Amino acid sequence: MTPTVTPYRPSQRVGRDGFLQLLHAEWTKFRTVRGWTVGTVVAALMVVLFALLAGVSSNQKGAPAVPIGPGGEPVTDSFYFLHQPLAGNGSITVSVSALKSSIPKGPGDLQPGTVPWAKAGLIIKQSTHQGSPYAAIMATGSHGVRMQDTYINDTAGPPGPVSAESPRWLRLDRSGDAITGYASTDGTKWTKVGHAQVSGLGSTAQVGLFVASPPAAWGGGTAGSVSTAVFGDLRVQGGWTGGEWTGEQLGGAHSPTFAGYPESASGSFTQSGGRFTVTGAGDIAPAVRDSLPTGGHLRDILAGTFAALIAVIVVGALFITAEYRNKMIHLTLAASPRRSRVLVAKAIVLWAVTFVAGLVGAILAAPLGERLARGNGVYIFPVSSSTELRVALGTAALLATASVLALSVGAIFRHSAGAVTTVIVAIVLPYILTAIPFMPASVANWLATVTPGAAFAVQQTLVQYDQVASNYTPYYGYYPLAPWAGLAVLAGYAVVSLAVAAVLLHRRDA
Amino acid sequence: MSAPAIVVAGLRKRYGATLALDGMSFTVRPGVVTGFMGPNGAGKSTTMRVILGLDAVDEGTALIEGKPYHSLRHPLNHVGSLLDAAALHPSRSARNHLLWLAHSQGLAARRVDQVIEQVGLTSAARRKAGGYSLGMRQRLGIAAALLGDPPIIMLDEPFNGMDPDGIIWMRGFLRSLAAQGRAVLVSSHLMSEVQDTADHLVVAGRGKAIADAGVADLIAAASRGRVTLRTTAGTHAMRVLAHAGATVAATGRDTIAVSGLPADRIVTLLNQSAVPFSEVSAHRATLEDVYLELTREAVEFRAATHTEVPR
Ligand SMILES: Nc1ncnc2c1ncn2[C@@H]1O[C@H](COP(=O)(O)OP(=O)(O)OP(=O)(O)O)[C@@H](O)[C@H]1O
Ligand SMILES: [Mg+2]
Repeated sequence: MTPTVTPYRPSQRVGRDGFLQLLHAEWTKFRTVRGWTVGTVVAALMVVLFALLAGVSSNQKGAPAVPIGPGGEPVTDSFYFLHQPLAGNGSITVSVSALKSSIPKGPGDLQPGTVPWAKAGLIIKQSTHQGSPYAAIMATGSHGVRMQDTYINDTAGPPGPVSAESPRWLRLDRSGDAITGYASTDGTKWTKVGHAQVSGLGSTAQVGLFVASPPAAWGGGTAGSVSTAVFGDLRVQGGWTGGEWTGEQLGGAHSPTFAGYPESASGSFTQSGGRFTVTGAGDIAPAVRDSLPTGGHLRDILAGTFAALIAVIVVGALFITAEYRNKMIHLTLAASPRRSRVLVAKAIVLWAVTFVAGLVGAILAAPLGERLARGNGVYIFPVSSSTELRVALGTAALLATASVLALSVGAIFRHSAGAVTTVIVAIVLPYILTAIPFMPASVANWLATVTPGAAFAVQQTLVQYDQVASNYTPYYGYYPLAPWAGLAVLAGYAVVSLAVAAVLLHRRDA
Repeated sequence: MSAPAIVVAGLRKRYGATLALDGMSFTVRPGVVTGFMGPNGAGKSTTMRVILGLDAVDEGTALIEGKPYHSLRHPLNHVGSLLDAAALHPSRSARNHLLWLAHSQGLAARRVDQVIEQVGLTSAARRKAGGYSLGMRQRLGIAAALLGDPPIIMLDEPFNGMDPDGIIWMRGFLRSLAAQGRAVLVSSHLMSEVQDTADHLVVAGRGKAIADAGVADLIAAASRGRVTLRTTAGTHAMRVLAHAGATVAATGRDTIAVSGLPADRIVTLLNQSAVPFSEVSAHRATLEDVYLELTREAVEFRAATHTEVPR
C-alpha cells in the first residue's frame, strides 16, 4: 500500500501566457548565439562595404557634363537642328515627305533599316544649349506624328509613316509659354495634336527643323543610326528676323548621352527650291540607362545587398535548423506546445532584427556611396528623397523577408544545407542570371516576375519611357514589376512557406 | 492514496516498420521516485516524448495531472524534463540557455540563477555549454527541468556521464525531490542506482510495461523461498538436499542456492548427514536478478554469447 503523500505545491508564481513571452524567448535565443548576431552585422556591413567600393571604383573626373533637363533629370539633347531666332509669338509650318533611316551592319556598312523613334519635324527651343526647354511636333519612324515637350512629355497624333505619296504637314504655334502643335495630311485640314505650357522659352527662342535618330535597340545592345528627312512648304509667320538658316549638331559630335554618328555618316542639310534635306542622329528625350552608359544608379551602389542576402539566408535557416540538429527543438516545443506560435515568434524576431540591420546598412550605404561616386565625377541618376527612403526601407524589407523565407524552408527541411541552398537558388540565382547582360529580355523579365528574386525591384530608381526605345531589363536597372509588387512576390513565397512549415510542424513528430 | 501525476494508458506508436510502443501503460505517483527500466529499444524514451506531446501516438493517452500536455499553458510549471543532455546550442552559455527557457514561461532571470546554484554550476554558468562535459550537461539539463519548480520531474538516463560524486549527488537529489512531494520518473540502465533511488519500478519490454510495482515488493518476490548455503563440501551437500526434494544450484565457489526447502529443514538435514557448512541465510535477490528475470523474453538486442575471434 502506497503511503499517502502531500503532492508538491510549486512556489513559482505562474505568469501570463502571452505571445510576448515567446517573442522574448526567441529574441533571447537569437541574441545569445554569437554567430547569428555577427552574421546579421556582417550583412549590414556588406551593404556599406560594397557601396564604398562602388563609390571609389570608377573615376570619371573631367568627363563632360551630362545634359540636364528642366526637371533635373539627365537628358539626351543631341540632334541636327536647322534654326533661326523667333522673337515673341509666331508660327511655323512644314511638310515632311520622307524619313529614311540607316543602321550600320558592319564597320562603314550602312544599310537601310527601321528606327521606330527616328524623328523629323518642327521644334521651338529656348536655345541651343543642351537641356534647355522646348516643344516639338514630328513625324516618326513607326509611331506616327507626336508632339513632345520638356524631354519627358509625349502625345500621339495621327498614325502612319510618311512618304512622298503620303506626306504630313506639321505646325507649331507659340503664344507666350503656350505651344500648340497641329498636323494635317493635306496641308489644309488641320487637327490639333497637343498643347504644352513650356516655361523658360525666353522672349527670343530658336525655332526650326530637326532630325533625330536614336540608337536602335538591337539584340540586347544598341547600334547608332542616322536618318534623313525631306521637308517642304516651309512657312513662317510672326516675329521672324528673316535671317539665314543655321544648321548644327546640337551639343557637338559627342556628348555623354550621344555616342556620335555611325562611321562615315555626319549631320548635314541641303536646300534646293524650297526643299530641305536634313540628315541627323541622336535624340531629344530623357536619358535612359543605356544612353548614359557612364552613369550609375542607386541599385549599383547597393550591390552589397546580394552578399548581405547570403548572410541573412544562412542566419535565418540556422535559427531553426540548429534546433533540429542539436535536438533543442524538443525543449522549445515542450516549453511551448502550441507549435505554430513558436514559428511565428521566430519569424517576427528574425524579420525585425534583419530589417533593422538592413535599414542601418542601406541608410548608411546609399548617401555614402553616392557622395563618393559623385566626388569621382560619376554621374548618378538623381532620385527624390522619398524614393531614396523607399529603396532603403525596401532593401531592409527584402533582406528581412528573405531571412524569413529561409527560416520557413529550414523548418520544412529541418536541415541547414538543404534550406540554405534552396533559398539561395530561389533568390540569388535569378539575381545573378538577370545580371548577365546577354540574357534575353523575355527570360530576364520572367525571372524578375515569378521568382523570389523579383524583390530586387524595390531597388529600382530608373524610369521607363515609352518614347525611348531601350533595353528595359533588370540588367540595366528596369524591372517588370513595380517596387512594392516585386517585394510582394517574395513576401508571398515567404508567407506560403511559413504556412506550410506551420502545418508540417503540427503534423510531424518533433 | 494521492492522485496520479502521470497516467500513461495503452500507448501504441509505430515508426515505419518499428513498433516502438505496443500498449504501454503505467502510472507515476507523487512523493516517490519511479524507476523506468528496460532493454535498449524497449520504448522508454519514446514514452517520455509522448508524455511531453513531442511525438503523436497512434493510440492511447498520456495525461499530466489528468490533462493532456498540450493543454498546459505553462508546461514547465507542471513537468520538468530532461530527455537529452546534448539538446542545447553549443555556442550559447549555460545561463543564456536557461534564460530563453525562463523567458518562454514568463519567469525572471533570478530563477535561472537559483537553479544554476541548485545544480552546482554557478562557476561555469557563463561558459559556452558546448564546452561542457557530459556530466555538466546533465546538471544543466536538470537545472532546466527544475526551472518552473514543477511537481513532476521526468529524466531520461540522468546518471549517464556522471562521476561517482555526481551519481551520489543525483541520488540524494532525486530522493529529496520525491520527499518534497514531487513525482519523479527516471529511466536508467544502472541497476544499483535505481535500486538505491527508486521506490517504484516500471519495467518496459518491447513497447509494453512488463512490471509496474514497488521495488521492495519485487525484490521480496524474487527472494521468496530461496536460501543461500555456504559450504566447503558442495557436492555432498547438493546430493543430500536434492535427495530431500530441494532444487539446488551452485552459484559460486562455495555457495549454493537452494529452493523448495525452508532454512531450518536444511540445517537439520545437513547436521544429520554431517555436512559441514558455515552459513545458511535467506537469499536476498538484487534488482539485477529481478530485472533479468523479467526481461528474459523482452530483450531485443543481445550480444552473441560466443564471439568468433578473427585470426
Ligand atoms: N524517431 C524515430 N524514428 C524511428 N524509429 C524510432 C524513433 N524513435 C524511436 N524509434 C524506435 O523505437 C524503438 C524504441 O526506441 P526508444 O528510444 O524509445 O527506446 P529506449 O527504451 O529509450 O532505448 P534505450 O534504452 O536504448 O534508450 C526503437 O526500436 C527505436 O529504434
Ligand atoms: Mg532511450
